[in-house]
Amino acid sequence: MTIEWGWLTTHTDDLLALTLDHLATAVPAVLLGLLIALPLAVVAHRVRPLRGLLLGISNIMFTVPSLALFVLLLPITGLTRTTAIAGLTVYTLVVLLRNTVEGLDSVPAKVREASLAMGRGSLGTLVKVEFPLALPVIMAGVRVASVMTISLVSVASYIGYGGIGQLFTDGFQRSFPTPVLAGVVLTLLLALAADAVLVVVQWLCTPWIRKGARA
Amino acid sequence: MIRFESVTKRFANGTTAVDDLSVEFLEGGITVLVGSSGCGKTTTLRMINRLVDPTSGTVSLGGRDVRELPAAQLRRGIGYVIQQAGLFPHRTVLDNIATVPTLLGWGRRKARARAAELLEVVGLAAESGKRYPHQLSGGQQQRVGVARALAADPPVLLMDEPFGAVDPVVRTLLQDELIRLQAELRKTIVFVTHDIDEAVRLGDRIAIFRTGGHMVQIAPPAELLARPADDFVAGFLGAERGLKLLSLISLQDVPYEPIAAVRTTDTAAQARAEATGRWLLAVSPDGKPAGWLDVHALDGSDSIGQAALTPVRGLTDADSLLSALNETVSSPTGMAVRVDAAGVLVGASRDDVVHAHQRSLA
Amino acid sequence: MDLLSKLVAWLTSAGQWAGSEGIAQRLFEHVEYSLLSTLVAALIALPIGLFIGHTGRGAFLAINLSGFGRALPTVGIVTLVFLVSGLSMTPVYISLVALAIPSIVTNTYAGMAAVEADTKDAARGMGMTGLQSLWRVEVPLAAPLIMTGLRLATVQVIATATIAAYVSFGGLGRYIFDGLAQRDLTQVMGGAVLVAALAVAVDLILAGIHRVLFRHRLT
Ligand SMILES: Nc1ncnc2c1ncn2[C@@H]1O[C@H](COP(=O)(O)OP(=O)(O)OP(=O)(O)O)[C@@H](O)[C@H]1O
Ligand SMILES: [Mg+2]
Repeated sequence: MTIEWGWLTTHTDDLLALTLDHLATAVPAVLLGLLIALPLAVVAHRVRPLRGLLLGISNIMFTVPSLALFVLLLPITGLTRTTAIAGLTVYTLVVLLRNTVEGLDSVPAKVREASLAMGRGSLGTLVKVEFPLALPVIMAGVRVASVMTISLVSVASYIGYGGIGQLFTDGFQRSFPTPVLAGVVLTLLLALAADAVLVVVQWLCTPWIRKGARA
Repeated sequence: MIRFESVTKRFANGTTAVDDLSVEFLEGGITVLVGSSGCGKTTTLRMINRLVDPTSGTVSLGGRDVRELPAAQLRRGIGYVIQQAGLFPHRTVLDNIATVPTLLGWGRRKARARAAELLEVVGLAAESGKRYPHQLSGGQQQRVGVARALAADPPVLLMDEPFGAVDPVVRTLLQDELIRLQAELRKTIVFVTHDIDEAVRLGDRIAIFRTGGHMVQIAPPAELLARPADDFVAGFLGAERGLKLLSLISLQDVPYEPIAAVRTTDTAAQARAEATGRWLLAVSPDGKPAGWLDVHALDGSDSIGQAALTPVRGLTDADSLLSALNETVSSPTGMAVRVDAAGVLVGASRDDVVHAHQRSLA
Repeated sequence: MDLLSKLVAWLTSAGQWAGSEGIAQRLFEHVEYSLLSTLVAALIALPIGLFIGHTGRGAFLAINLSGFGRALPTVGIVTLVFLVSGLSMTPVYISLVALAIPSIVTNTYAGMAAVEADTKDAARGMGMTGLQSLWRVEVPLAAPLIMTGLRLATVQVIATATIAAYVSFGGLGRYIFDGLAQRDLTQVMGGAVLVAALAVAVDLILAGIHRVLFRHRLT
């Protein structure tokens, strides 16, 4: 395989633009997934009968091939970025729902009871006690979802919103490996960077774990 | 005989767990290692079966350096019992016990037969052999742990806080069981514990360790309690050191005298006739002490069978001076009631006699 | 709802199932690709996971490998290998195997790491050699998690094996790519439903086997 390094230097602007385009699809998908997953997780955590149903449906959604999902959305949202974001949101939703339920489950019942006993309401306990304590597990889910989404965006290149993934289609059609390799490496680097950023965010959000680790 | 010669263990992180230890553990006896947490007891124990290798010095077993044999072969000849038993959760109790015989190539049937035999030895129902470890109580699991260590009949047994995770009642039961087994098997046992009372009960000799991996003193329990080497040892033995010493002295040499008693089947009139004071000892029809009878509380009723009795504990010659003192304090007459091995009343020792005997020892 | 009835008709027509281009044949190909890839991945990943779990060496790799596996863009890998090696099933198998390896390594390692130190200690203390402890104690105890890893990998591979069609081979992905090219939405949906159904069915079967195998276990 011959890599044409020259191609890289002449296309840095394109690579940057594609990376930004990639993020413009990935970031909303993760945020939207989180926005939907949190309340659903609370329901699944509190209402036992719904729990199996919600987790079961989301597990089945996870097995639908991503390309097929994008296509299925086409009649509804058309050839737009919305289709790409909506499709990816389904996958982030599954991961985040699973982890958030797991995180809420991991909060000891005693801690919840202590908060209720001190006169905090159910909602207050959820926001001030349960979510913070579940945060490490939820954040682990956000990391998994982000890395996975960044790699999945490239599939959306079939509908024109693949970000870095456009390099794959491009290279495939022209039988030119250099952009494909650049795309793979760039995707991996972006996933790594996103993961690193999230580790820092988690570190900032959980001062109690930091102190514990130092002691 | 297990022998340590100038043994030092320094871990990779710089911790010195055992520092220049030279000691011999007697053959056919129980040596108990005690000391505060992290003082190197476990490390010492694990250097015997080579789960830890010393940084310097030699450990020998029966005159042979433990490094002469391949580690696995050495370990098959040494029983090893740990806290929470370390049972294999995926094997039945019977298979757990049969582990070492199987490793030694005994064949499945012979190994299982031996395992079944050991279930009985450690006081477990044959039926429990088919269960999985998590279906047993903590105390039962410990028994399985002991049975597993005994399976190939090794001459040496290493026990690391084996009874640390069970409640005091079960712990006492397991200790009794170990004492009974040891009287029969005469193994060389090295036993680690945090519980000084357990050490005094079980140990033929007790070795006290201090943080930093130093052994401060090794002596039979009575000598250790009577003459602790320094303040550290004295502090470790606790404020009731004197009382613990009394727990080691038997009642064999404490005299007793006959005592008047009524049977629980006798009538109130008979009791009143027999009584010289307020309290009278009542015995069951088979002659075992039943309790102290308060004669003043008897009304005209015919039998004393229904009367409330103050509890009494009959002591044998094997019981300790400490329990006799306890009886003189708790019985309403200040008398320690004495029984024979079958539990039948033989007499009583008055409190002044018990005290006099205790003073004569000092 | 017009689409739905067309989809049902597509899925249930006898003609659609028969022949060398029929659903039955595509299903068979899909299963063949998936099984072969998972098998090869297992042959590579299990020894690695067992080695890392048993020795504790390379734990960092085992923990982070699954993240790396998730980050790998499958389409990119297929395209790249295809451009390098030419038209064959090799690019498909390479990407599917690469996809499956991380889950198996990570779960095998996790299963081995979850075996209690006391249990391993007891095994060594009773005179088991390293290999005896591995086969008689660690692997049986790690088996449920190892099995979960295999199950996860299988389902992932089934859902992704559609890419075989991307480089002109068979499998259920054929319907998705052909449907896209022919602008035949019914066919695309049919393919998607079949893949999802296959993945769910295999997942359920493996879950059932799991339950039967480990019914004596505490957890
Ligand atoms: N594998 C190891 N690596 C590093 N340090 C160790 C290791 N094992 C033990 N140590 C250290 O060596 C010292 C002695 O440990 P050891 O386990 O022998 O203590 P112990 O007397 O059995 O304590 P405990 O009563 O708590 O069981 C401790 O400071 C311990 O932290
Ligand atoms: Mg210890």
